Amino acid sequence: MGKFKDNYIVKAWLVLSIALIFGSSLAGVEIVLKPKIIANKLNETLSLIPYLIQEKEKEKSQNLKITFNKVEIEKNERKIFYNVIHTSRDGKTAGWVVKSKGPGYADKVELLIGFDPNMKYITGLFVIDQKETPGLGNKIIENNFRNQFLRINTENSLVAVKTGKRHPGEIDAITGATISSRSVCDIVNTVVKDLKQPLGSGSIKK
Amino acid sequence: MAELPTPTERFLQGILPENPVYRQLLGLCPTLAVTNNMKSAVTMAAAVAFVLFCANIIISLIRDLLKPHLRIVIFTLTIATFVTIVDKFLAAYVYSMSKELGPYIPLIIVNCIIICRCEVCASKQNVVAAASDAVGQSLGFALALFSIAGVREILGTGAFFELQILPSSWPNWIIMVLPPGAFFTLGLLLGLVNWLSNRSGKKAT
Repeated sequence: MGKFKDNYIVKAWLVLSIALIFGSSLAGVEIVLKPKIIANKLNETLSLIPYLIQEKEKEKSQNLKITFNKVEIEKNERKIFYNVIHTSRDGKTAGWVVKSKGPGYADKVELLIGFDPNMKYITGLFVIDQKETPGLGNKIIENNFRNQFLRINTENSLVAVKTGKRHPGEIDAITGATISSRSVCDIVNTVVKDLKQPLGSGSIKK
Repeated sequence: MAELPTPTERFLQGILPENPVYRQLLGLCPTLAVTNNMKSAVTMAAAVAFVLFCANIIISLIRDLLKPHLRIVIFTLTIATFVTIVDKFLAAYVYSMSKELGPYIPLIIVNCIIICRCEVCASKQNVVAAASDAVGQSLGFALALFSIAGVREILGTGAFFELQILPSSWPNWIIMVLPPGAFFTLGLLLGLVNWLSNRSGKKAT
């Protein structure tokens, strides 16, 4: 009996039973809340889509058909997947929305970028996740910065400049946050380079 | 064994005499990291209060079963469970705050205030004392967070709870919302609290 009581497992009965109780209650919490959390993330994306493909106020975004796709790209002999959202109205492509992330100054920056059906222009840009410096780098989420990307031709590779933009494809960097500004441009450039051909040519249909 | 404080004493001590931030200098990571605006500070204070309250009660209920060498494991298990619940709850119902606070919610697990209260109070006293201790300490922590966040948000952005209160001619001291501002504010307020308590101490004697 004494031997049984000295056993490590027996001594740890409280830890084990507490772990079991807490573990199962956490599983319960997860089951209840997970659909809600996923819906929150999805809603965030869905609520931005009309702005990303330049919906006009008059057109009802209810008619918009939204399909989520994974597009596979071969790059440097490796396969890369992109989350691409295809939007269409009355069977005609209304625009593409691409979700992509890349390194920022502090952490990853995640963007939603909207393109016209032929991938010729950028129609919208939102930063949906960033942890850039408050007051400086996090200005990439503000309209002043975002709106510079509207109607930009995807022919030009984007450059963040500090001295005021003069040429097409130049973006005014945020004062004191050149790296954050540059990383947004870089993410857009990579997406354009990888997806312009496959999406614009129509080789991918929803 | 020395007489342990009564529930009322525990409650009152947590607010000022044993304020977790200004007196015990515990839980400084969230104090520095999430006090650049009032909204984050309120969310953090509420999350810590919930975890501290639940953990204190559970630990107090099982205090007679605790083995000395296994107690820290049990504290951590309990705290981690409630922190995970808060994290999921925020992600489900206050999604924007959950995104803003990011890793700092899961980091409540290693917040020393909670493990310290479990060790000092909950593992030795009954549920009533543990609960009032948790409420007192949470109020003290909230007070500290709000004072720092208030100063930083007002000086850094001219606003309080995102409501503009300083004239727009105020040049926003951006450094106050950046990490250095947290250290400045905490240091100065800590000095102020010490100075005030020194002064009142001298008067009393």
